[in-house]
This record gives sequence, C-alpha cells and structure tokens, in this order.
Amino acid sequence: MKTHLMPALKLTLICILVFSGIYTVTIWGIGQIVAPNNGKGEIVNYVNSKENLKYGFVNIGQSFTSDNYFWSRPSAVGYNAAGSGASNKGATNEEYLALVQSRIDTFLIHNPNVAKSDIPVEMVTASGSGLDPNISPKAAMVQISRIAKARNISESKVESLVNEYTEKPLLGMFGPARINILKLNIALDALK
Amino acid sequence: MNSEILGVILMFVLTLVLAIPFGKYIARVFEGEKSFLDFMAPIENFFFRICGIDSKKEMNWKQNLVSMLTINFVWFLFAMLILMNQGRLPFNPDSNPSMSPDLAFNTAISFLVNCNLQHYSGETGVSYLAQIFCLMFLQFVSAATGIAVAAVVYNALRERTTEHLGNFYNYFMKSLTRILLPLSAIVAILFMVNGMPMTFEGKQNIVSLQGDTVQVSTGPVAAFVAIKHLGTNGGGYFGTNSAHPFENPNYATNIIEMVAQFIIPLAMIFALGFYLKRKKLAWMIFGVMTAGFLLLVVPTMVMEQHGNPEIAKMGVDMSSGAMEGKEVRFGTPASAYWSILTTVISTGSVNSFHDSYMPLSGMNQMLAMMVNAFYGGCGVGFLNFYIFIIIAVFISGLMVGRTPEFLGKKIEAREMKIAVIVTLVSALLLKGGTAFACYIFGGDSTLTWLNNPGFHGFSEMLYEYTSANANNGSGFEGLGDNTLWWNISTGIVMILGRFIPIIGPVAIAGILAKKKYIPESAGTLKTDTLTFGVMIFAVISIVTALSFFPALVLGPIAEYFSIH
Repeated sequence: MKTHLMPALKLTLICILVFSGIYTVTIWGIGQIVAPNNGKGEIVNYVNSKENLKYGFVNIGQSFTSDNYFWSRPSAVGYNAAGSGASNKGATNEEYLALVQSRIDTFLIHNPNVAKSDIPVEMVTASGSGLDPNISPKAAMVQISRIAKARNISESKVESLVNEYTEKPLLGMFGPARINILKLNIALDALK
Repeated sequence: MNSEILGVILMFVLTLVLAIPFGKYIARVFEGEKSFLDFMAPIENFFFRICGIDSKKEMNWKQNLVSMLTINFVWFLFAMLILMNQGRLPFNPDSNPSMSPDLAFNTAISFLVNCNLQHYSGETGVSYLAQIFCLMFLQFVSAATGIAVAAVVYNALRERTTEHLGNFYNYFMKSLTRILLPLSAIVAILFMVNGMPMTFEGKQNIVSLQGDTVQVSTGPVAAFVAIKHLGTNGGGYFGTNSAHPFENPNYATNIIEMVAQFIIPLAMIFALGFYLKRKKLAWMIFGVMTAGFLLLVVPTMVMEQHGNPEIAKMGVDMSSGAMEGKEVRFGTPASAYWSILTTVISTGSVNSFHDSYMPLSGMNQMLAMMVNAFYGGCGVGFLNFYIFIIIAVFISGLMVGRTPEFLGKKIEAREMKIAVIVTLVSALLLKGGTAFACYIFGGDSTLTWLNNPGFHGFSEMLYEYTSANANNGSGFEGLGDNTLWWNISTGIVMILGRFIPIIGPVAIAGILAKKKYIPESAGTLKTDTLTFGVMIFAVISIVTALSFFPALVLGPIAEYFSIH
C-alpha cells in the first residue's frame, strides 16, 4: 500500500488537471463557436403579456394555463426551471389516480367540444422533467376549438398554424412528431 | 413501421455496428499495438515520469488490486473534502451549500464506484466546482478503473502460465487517454451543436410568455453529460437527469446518449474476442447477453405502450402509452428502451421516471440490475459475466463427467468458492438491506420519505438497494433518500457491491493464470458453442430466480395483481 500511495496521489493531481481542467475548458472553448447562443442555451425572443420584449429558452417548457394559449403538459414542479422534477407516483397510487381524474375534468370544462376519449393521455399526466417543452400534434388539435373561440379567430387559421409548427420525426423516420409549445404560442400571439 | 419503433431499432443497430470495430481498437490498445492515437504516448510517458510510475513493470493480480484500491482510497478522501466544503469554495454561482457528512459520504462513494446514485439534486445540491472537479473527475477515473481491471482479467485468460498480468497504471492511463477522453470530446461537441448548454454563468432569470418570472438553471452540461454516458456513470447534471431538456434536448441527442452509454460495454465483449483471438467466444457471450436483454426490453416496451389500465378506465385516449414521468420528444418506446438499457448496463441515467412505470416494467428494471451481467458496466460487466461462466463450466463439467476447464485452465474448489461467494454476497446485500429497512421502518405511519403506499412502497426500497448493489444509480425517485439511514446504508452496499465483484473475478483469473495450460483435446468441454451459451443462460436464470423471486413477489408482482 505505502509504495503505491505517492504515485496514487500524484496521478490523482494530474488526472484532475487534465480531465476536470483542460478537458472542460477545451469543450467550453469549442462551444463558443459551435453551440447556439455561445453555449448558454438556445433562446427565442417575444413580447409578453406585459408588452415587454423578453426572451425564453427554446428547450425549457413554460407553464401555459390561460384559455388563450395552447396548454402545456402538467408538471410536478410547476415548470420551476431551477428545480426540475417528476411526480414519481406509482401507477396504482389512489391519490395520484384522483389527481389524473381531476385533470380530465378540468380539461373537459375548458374544452366543452372535446370528447373524453379524444383527450391524449399525455395532457393529464406529468412529464419526467417537469419542464417538457413539447406537446404532441394530437394534444394541440384538441385545443384548437377552445383557442379559436377565446381569440375570436377561425379554427382553420389555428389549425394551419398547428400544422406549420409540427416538427416531423428525425429525418422523417425516427422518433415521435412533436410541437414546441413556446414557439407555437408565440406564433399564436403574432396571428392577427 | 412506426417511426418510434424504428428509432429504437436504429439505436441498437447503430451501437452494434460501431462497437465491433471499436472493440478491435480496444484490443489493440490493451496489446500496446500501434494505433492512430499514438501521438498521446509522449504525454502519457511524461505523466508516468512525474508520478514515479514504471508503466512497463508487470504486476501479479494482488499487486494490480492493491494499486487499484490505493488510488481509489485517495479519490474517496478527495471527494469527501470537496463535497463537505463546496459552499466555502469558489466557483459556486448559485450559492449552493456544503453537503452534510452523511450525504457527502454517500455521494463520494456513489461516484467513486461508478454507481452515481444521487441523494441530492444537481441544481441545488452541488456547486460548479464540485460538479466539474469532483463528480466529473470521478466519472472519468471510475470508468477507467473498470476498463483497466477488465484488461488485467483479459490478460490472465490467455493461453499460457504466468503471474505477470500487465500493469494497472498502464491500462488505467490508456483507458483514459485512448478511449474515454477522445470519445468524450467528440460526444460533447455533438451535444453542443444540438443545443446543450456549456456555460459558467449560473442561473438565468426569464419572464415567461404568460408573464411569470422563472429562474433557469444552466451550467457546463455538455462536457459532463458526455463522460456520464461513455463511462456508464449515469449521474445527472440536473436533478431529472436525461429527462431534463437541457441534458437531452432532442431525439438526436437521445440517440447519441443511448449509443454513448452502450458502446463501451458492448465493445468490451468484442475486444475480448479480438484480444484472445477467440471471436466465437465473444459472439457466444454477446448472444447470451442479448437474449437476456431482449427478454427484458420487449415486454417492457409492450407494457408501457399499453399504458396504465387504471387511467384507461377513465376513458381518455391511451395511444401515447404510459406518459407519466415521460417526455413527449422521446415518446414511450424510446423511454422504455432506455429504462432497460440503463439498468442492464450499469449506467443508471434516466430519460423517464422509473417510479411511474407499470409494475412489471419496474420488475424488469430490477431484474436487469439483479443479474447485472447482460452487458453490464464499463469493464465490470464482463467480470460479473465471468463469474457465471465459471459456475456454468463447473456445473456442466459435473453433469457430463468431464474436468471443468475454461480456456485451458482447470477450475477447482478454490475458484468455485470465490465465484459462489461473489454471487451470494450480492443477493445478501440487496435483500439484507431491504429487509433491515422494512424491519426498522415498517409500520411507521409517520414516514415522510416514502412517496407511495403499499406494494409500490416496498418496491421503492427494494429498487434502491438493488440499484446500489448493482452500482447502477437509477432510482424509484419517489423515495426521499437523503436521510441518515439511506445515505449510510446504501453507501456501504455500494462500496461492497463494487469491490467484491472486482476482487473476486480478478482473484479467480489470477489463480487460473498461474495454473498449467492444458491444450484443447477431444475431452475438453467446448465453451464457445450454442449449447454452452444455453447452459450459462440457464445458470443465470436459476441463480437469479432462486435469489430474488420471493422479494419480487412482495413488490411489483403483488402490485400487478392488485390491478389485473
């Protein structure tokens, strides 16, 4: 053990220098060039309800609860991006099942034209991160009639917006289609 | 075919196609043959000179183990020091506090042993300094330790009689400079191109479109997540790991992360074939592991796609599957695939939350960790599988009346004892821990750390010890595990669950290497055949069923029958 102690100590110091120091700084430097927004996370600008020019992160979902906007998915942490989290409720937990039932009821009250069997399950279950930036195209479709009514615009206009903002699977072949909820709602505000 | 299933197939096939040539490359690195990264040699030699290490000196199995354990002990002390003082140290833009001694003990061991069980949350629990200089550092060196130990064992399996099994420091350094570092750099760059943050500016304040003020945690994520996956570590930068949209922004990064965590465990199998010039043996091992993996992953994907029957009863559209704890951009199939892959190999990173999976999907995740040898972690996956090979050789030798031999070495009582102890200790730690927790806390209605009642609550505790023992690091995260009991007990389980399954196989391989080499003859039991593969699979199934079936009945199986 003793003969190995000094080499171990020195090797540890060198590894810290190389793998924590040099590696990290190099990657950061490359990020300044190749990453969007210099590695600070991709952003998108908007004018918010208080008429101020603001920005948000494209990848970080935001809470949308107003009838005027496409709703985002339920979140176990209320879209707190400084403390992500899932509900971690088991599939058979009674308390949890009651919560899902109440989300279904709320959805039906706000969307009276929607049949219960058309509510996609992801709109009444919480995401893994609590910050899900996406909803599925189906989840947007069932909200069109509510939004058209609340904003007093035609349903076809909203529908074409949804189609425009539907992102295809990767290379058109892999994974699910999805919609970035923040981008869609910004576009909705721009619609006159 | 549906694009989500196609995505899953792509992830598997892509990894396999990359892993075969990469395995050949790893074998060359272990051999010390020429490779395109030889320009690193002067740097490596310079490091060895400063440290006073003679990397050419051959060591026996005991010396290799002592040098490995010594440096691991140094890392443990270093990690404790940083974690308990991070609040006072610089490079802490979010002003996160120092860890309590028990939490620091748990976290230091967790990252030291390549487990990455996290009883803290990344956003609030660690400073940037601790993330980069403590946790990420350990992610590099713990993975390299696993690969280096596997190299020692590979060396011992050659057709010769020797005590010289290479040099731990040499294998360790080369695993870092020739395998982990270059790959991490490539993967980190791909991540950043896809929008993963790499910044030191701390939390950002934004105002949402609806007008709420929100703080957004960022950080040097890309560098960290690259080695987190390549080293099968799995400890997330953020609390929600690879479900967090900054830690896994889109389907492309999901594919990259999936390939990154799978490639080294897979390549290590092929490296064995190239290194020993026994490609058929490597394919046999790959076949057994893949059969086990498919048996776990396919039913899990089907169950998750069907969704929660309790929610189906409420009458909503279930076509997306069980979406609680899952993200829309990955979808149910890719999430279910990840959940089994991360548990068969010992990564333990998650892109969806296992606590909310269907009861039997949760059981499959636990089974994957209980076996812990279908692919397995960086380097150590093969070591676990090696134990099962030894047991299978011995049993089949007895069955057909031949001397039990593996690769020309006779397996005798001493090796068998070690192999059996390693298997039994794992079952003891896992079930013993859960039993203690149930005994001490069972019936306590004031418990606040259990998130779910009934059978599922038991599953949460069982999962925690299973994950700690397998050095996996994923969790049924509903368990509020930052308490004195969980920090200390899982810390002890993790350290034993790491080093006993390393010391055992190295000892067996070292003892066998010293024995006389018996060339293959007509009387030799062939170990690279389909028949022997089936035999190993049977041994794994029987050992696992006998050890764990009763515990699984009390948790996930009981929960399944409560809703069906």
